[in-house]
Amino acid sequence: MEDGRRARPSSNRVGTAALGCPAEPSSAVVRSSQGAKPLKSLATPYNRAHHRFAVFVACATFVLIIAGALVTSNDAGLSIPDWPTSFGSFSVPPLHGGIKYEWSHRAIAGSIVLLTISIAAWTWFADRRRWMKWLGVAALCTVITQAILGGLTVLMFQPPWVSSAHAAVAQTFFCIAVTIAMFTGRRWVEDAPQIEVDTRRPSLITLTLLSIFVLYVQLILGAMFRHHGMSWWPHVANAAIVAIVLIWTAIRALWQFSKIEAVRRPAILLVSLLIVQLCLGFAAFLTRVAWGRDAVQPELSLVISTVAHVAVGALLLATAVILAIQVWRQVPVSSQDLVRSRTQNPVAV
Amino acid sequence: MNKKTSLATFGLLCLLGLWLLVGCSKKEETNEAQPSAPATTAAPTAAATPIDPSTVASVSGTVKFDGAAPKASKIDMSQDPACKGTNTAETVVVDGGNLANVFVYVKDGLGDRTFAVPTQAVTIDQKGCQYHPHVLGAMTGQNIEIKNDDQTTHNIHPTPQANREWNESQPPAAAPLEKSFAREEIMLPVKCNQHPWMRMYINVVKSPFYAVTGPDGKYEIKGLPPGTYTIAFVQEKLGEQTQKVTLAAKDSKTVDQSFKAQ
Repeated sequence: MEDGRRARPSSNRVGTAALGCPAEPSSAVVRSSQGAKPLKSLATPYNRAHHRFAVFVACATFVLIIAGALVTSNDAGLSIPDWPTSFGSFSVPPLHGGIKYEWSHRAIAGSIVLLTISIAAWTWFADRRRWMKWLGVAALCTVITQAILGGLTVLMFQPPWVSSAHAAVAQTFFCIAVTIAMFTGRRWVEDAPQIEVDTRRPSLITLTLLSIFVLYVQLILGAMFRHHGMSWWPHVANAAIVAIVLIWTAIRALWQFSKIEAVRRPAILLVSLLIVQLCLGFAAFLTRVAWGRDAVQPELSLVISTVAHVAVGALLLATAVILAIQVWRQVPVSSQDLVRSRTQNPVAV
Repeated sequence: MNKKTSLATFGLLCLLGLWLLVGCSKKEETNEAQPSAPATTAAPTAAATPIDPSTVASVSGTVKFDGAAPKASKIDMSQDPACKGTNTAETVVVDGGNLANVFVYVKDGLGDRTFAVPTQAVTIDQKGCQYHPHVLGAMTGQNIEIKNDDQTTHNIHPTPQANREWNESQPPAAAPLEKSFAREEIMLPVKCNQHPWMRMYINVVKSPFYAVTGPDGKYEIKGLPPGTYTIAFVQEKLGEQTQKVTLAAKDSKTVDQSFKAQ
């Protein structure tokens, strides 16, 4: 599918009719050469209710990430010693001290599981795109994995690798929820992509994928530090690499493809969030490492700065994923370069 | 493998994972359902090496803090209305230059001697959403009784390096928990995740020759057989310092120690 899409030749702007993009415009009904009988189309009509529900799931997931960050920042992860019950029961315990953070996190997480089952089922039955059906299933798999990791982190007394995996899978799930919301949106379903061929190297798609990679590394390093599995300096050192890669990506996107709204918007958001995130990271460093090292309990300044740092980090990763998908859809790599690279590196089949 | 088979396999794997996880959880609950049983049973000890009571010596002294005493941090207990304790942290407690909560023990010099484990338990009391005492000494295998005198639920969560970690909740007026630790460990942190300021340290040693300095910085270790010993002074934030002392029969020596401000 990708090769078909990438084999876009000649002109800098091409039409979309022949595009094998993940979502074709619903109006593009593919017909057989005889023109007698319409072929089975992968297109899907815009479904407002489905899209709004997907947006709701993504927003609820963001709330869950904040709730999880509150648990860690308040050192309340083990305030309820058992799982999946809370103090041996499924009823609401007295919500004092750290219990209110941990139990709220569990309650929201349980709701998200139900919401994910709903969106996966709805997508499976309502969306005609096969890959969308599987994306819904992937969301369900991810949320189940996340629930299991959440249980393990309680039962194994928060080993850093389990807690960090819990943090990383949380943001992975958030990215999936955001992409489902985007793929069900009217713009994705109905608007024709504005195609511009990318001739520069490294290609913009490479840069966006690199951005996602360095953000993921940063997420894991940050989570390991937060869960006492690693020192702070690898996270701080990698922040410089993240800043360079993301700024490079955003500048390339805005410099070359600013006419494409679907690329311009996430690129601007990426830079804006990066600036906010660097400031929050500095604040989190001050409140936790510099000032809060000997604190007898989590200070409010530490809680606010670290929770905001986690939340904006999740938004940053989701924005990078959206940018990568939009670049993949709207900015194909020129076919001449592909042909050239294949000639230079022949592949034995 | 067709689509339906894939889905069915995936569903089964998920159910299996959840079942295993719930199984683990049930196992933990089973342990929690026996609060009176020690969490870790002491290794069977050999018969205690006899000590001639007519020759025993003692060592005592005062632990001082050099420099300006750090201002005790304030604790904000407002997140739980049932917490009405003293709102000052006990990280470094200095009164008139005397340093409290220093664990003093015979680190070296006892050789292969073994000692009987006291049958009497040592007690940790959760009162005013703080642990009393803040620093505790116990022998390996000795019972530690944990009480909750607060009108709120606490969870007791030791985070040891050498012993088994556990985490149990204790509601108001619940029966005391009885626990013990099988291996030696100095400054083993215990915390309550519901009240993050609650923190104390248990020191688990093989001999009965230990003490914790009081508010006046004083300690006394009695009943030592004659010999040359390394006395260690350990403070949760200021670290460890040691001194060598040689005790003759019936000696009573003074060994003072001081920690410098960091």
